[in-house]
Amino acid sequence: MNSFAEFLAMGGYGFYVWTSYAISFVVLLLNVIVPMAQRKQLLRELALKQKRAK
Amino acid sequence: MSIIPAPIVRFYHQTASPPFFYSLSNKLLPWLTAIFLMLLGYGLYAGLYLAPTDYQQGDSYRIIYVHVPAAWMSLFIYVVMAVAGAISLIWRMKIADVVLISSAPIGASFTFIALVTGSLWGKPMWGTWWVWDARLTSELILLFLYLGVISLYGAIEDKRTASRAVAILALVGVVNIPIIHYSVQWWNTLHQGPTVTKMDKPSIHLDMLIPLLVMATAFKFYYAIAMLQVAKVEILLREQNTQWVKKLLEKK
Repeated sequence: MNSFAEFLAMGGYGFYVWTSYAISFVVLLLNVIVPMAQRKQLLRELALKQKRAK
Repeated sequence: MSIIPAPIVRFYHQTASPPFFYSLSNKLLPWLTAIFLMLLGYGLYAGLYLAPTDYQQGDSYRIIYVHVPAAWMSLFIYVVMAVAGAISLIWRMKIADVVLISSAPIGASFTFIALVTGSLWGKPMWGTWWVWDARLTSELILLFLYLGVISLYGAIEDKRTASRAVAILALVGVVNIPIIHYSVQWWNTLHQGPTVTKMDKPSIHLDMLIPLLVMATAFKFYYAIAMLQVAKVEILLREQNTQWVKKLLEKK
């Protein structure tokens, strides 16, 4: 592999290779980001509930 | 007197306690993330750039570096869930329930990735996106098992009953795991046979094998990270009325 363009082309299989990596990347990223956002949201709600209870 | 040594009993009760598990997760996560990113960085560089082009499949084979580790994880996570299910049923360990249900979305994701990347690899190599052969069909059943665990857990209001139900489902579904593993040997298929697990003489070149093993290890760390993130939410939900969560909220 000499050039960056050649690297991206993946010997003509660029579409299949890069789509595979992109889909995997997005799915794995969501699996971490979603629970982190859920936890933030939940902590906020619980804190609010606790304040009201006092 | 118990036949189990005291330190083990102490370790069991400590790790099994939700506040301990929660703070342990917080301590472990930065380390796990650092190791994961290093392995991922090297694995991608080695797999996409350093590894030589395959003489038969050209560069399309590079899909292997997500496809195979994802497929391994899809089996590994299901076995973890079945073991957690057994522990939960036998010893009523709360954390085992949490580990089981927190693993399900990640296992489902890896199964989905294995199926999709397999399809994207199959199209240029086999000329078709999908065949109803044993390997692909049993992997698809695995996806439905994961989704079954998730929806069963969501459908039952009482979380203790829900945990018991998914533990049983996870244990029953584990029969599918050896079927997936041996499917390429038991039935004729388009899917290629094992190239790595033939330990005596793996039929894959070392320069191709190393990135594969690095990616597989990276995915193991990723699983730990993602599972702990889901587990933290699950623990907070279950323990929201306890003293330690109230203290945690006051500190914020």
